[in-house]
Amino acid sequence: MSCALPAFAAASQTDPAPPFAVLMELTHRCPLRCPYCSNPVALDTASAELDTATWKRVLDEAADVGALQVHFSGGEPCVRKDLEDLVAHATEIGLYSNLITSAVLLDQPRLERLQRAGLQHVQISLQDAEAGGADRVGGFKGGHAKKLEVARAVVAQGLALTINAVLHRHNIDRVNDVIDLAMDLGAGRIEIANVQYYGWALANRAALMPSREQLLAMDAAVRARLPELAGRIVVDYVVPDYYARRPKSCMGGWARRFMNVTPRGRVLPCHAAETIPGLAFETVHDRSLSDIWRDGPAFTRYRGTDWMPDPCRSCDHKEEDWGGCRCQALALAGSADATDPVCELSPAHADVAMLRDRDAAALGTEWTYRGL
Amino acid sequence: MNAVAPHVAETDRLRLAPGVMLRNDRRRDQWMLMGPERLLVLDEMALAVVRACVGPDAADVAAGIDRLTVEYDAPRTEVAADVLEMLTDLRNKGYVVT
Repeated sequence: MSCALPAFAAASQTDPAPPFAVLMELTHRCPLRCPYCSNPVALDTASAELDTATWKRVLDEAADVGALQVHFSGGEPCVRKDLEDLVAHATEIGLYSNLITSAVLLDQPRLERLQRAGLQHVQISLQDAEAGGADRVGGFKGGHAKKLEVARAVVAQGLALTINAVLHRHNIDRVNDVIDLAMDLGAGRIEIANVQYYGWALANRAALMPSREQLLAMDAAVRARLPELAGRIVVDYVVPDYYARRPKSCMGGWARRFMNVTPRGRVLPCHAAETIPGLAFETVHDRSLSDIWRDGPAFTRYRGTDWMPDPCRSCDHKEEDWGGCRCQALALAGSADATDPVCELSPAHADVAMLRDRDAAALGTEWTYRGL
Repeated sequence: MNAVAPHVAETDRLRLAPGVMLRNDRRRDQWMLMGPERLLVLDEMALAVVRACVGPDAADVAAGIDRLTVEYDAPRTEVAADVLEMLTDLRNKGYVVT
């Protein structure tokens, strides 16, 4: 996740600045089965999910720690019947609510209830610009048409709409169509989200990785359109990791902007952090979000710059990209303590190109759908 | 190639985009524009421009510039240039719409 947010000043030398937002993964349940899902490969079951009262307490604690926004996410958050209740509670305590959804379970009456509860913004994922490809990737027949219907209802109701368009080998050539579709729907913002290879996507990398030619064509198409799109739709776009020369500032820096709470209540610095061995995660049953944010061992482990090895330690960009992504360092360099190998200064950078080119050439590889 | 989006003009009428609100965060003692998955911290000048030129009741941008010219006792051409640049930036970032 990239981030263009201001850093807040710390209240003191010892306490970290408060987070901007808390991502609440209300559930891992989802009717879609996208092979690039960012959920962990080991999904939480419905019976393990926090109950309504506990989520409300977590919302209170999110406000207490100083977060300004809450992102209701999943899985598909709309499978939770208490979603309206949780949005209303967030509104009551002054939190700004975003809904991150596949939209296939939404309809106009429920959108109206959510808006009355104070919901401000709906982010809808699209799997492609056309129904055939989209429904095949999502593994859900009729899903694409339903998404378009709900997206139009979101705009008609005066809610903010973001389209999250996930790109990979099978749809990257239609990036212009996806942008046109987002504009036609009346979205205020589009995230051109090239698949990030964590969780299910990492397992399916050989079935999803685009070729260098595809990537260059997509990049040129997007850059050519940016001037005409200015003022019409906000475009969030970054060069995808495996083709980049410098790493993204993942999550705006480890434990600097975001907290993530999983369906069963584990509190993480990012949604993929559970892949990192040796990190101890607390739950919402152990301590408050404020305590965990301040000195939880998983949060302090990679916060700031003290943990950094070279080349990060002596790099001028260390407080811009914060060493990149810890989960990616683990996946590609074998250690979460390493510089993100997406960086061309990393000794493992050449390995990224090798893995990328190998997987990009593995045409015909079938993906594995997400499933329990 | 399509045309580049024009700058905000004095004749435009601006309002906050859907999902955007002006908020004061007491804990941080900061005014900000809060929007979808983002926020923009406003300094004193930016806050004055938003208050003068954006909102359901705001007249056109020119009226806001007139008001700021009086308020800050500055040459109108300079005020207008700064204000239009700031508003164009706010529009391009999705915080305000025409």
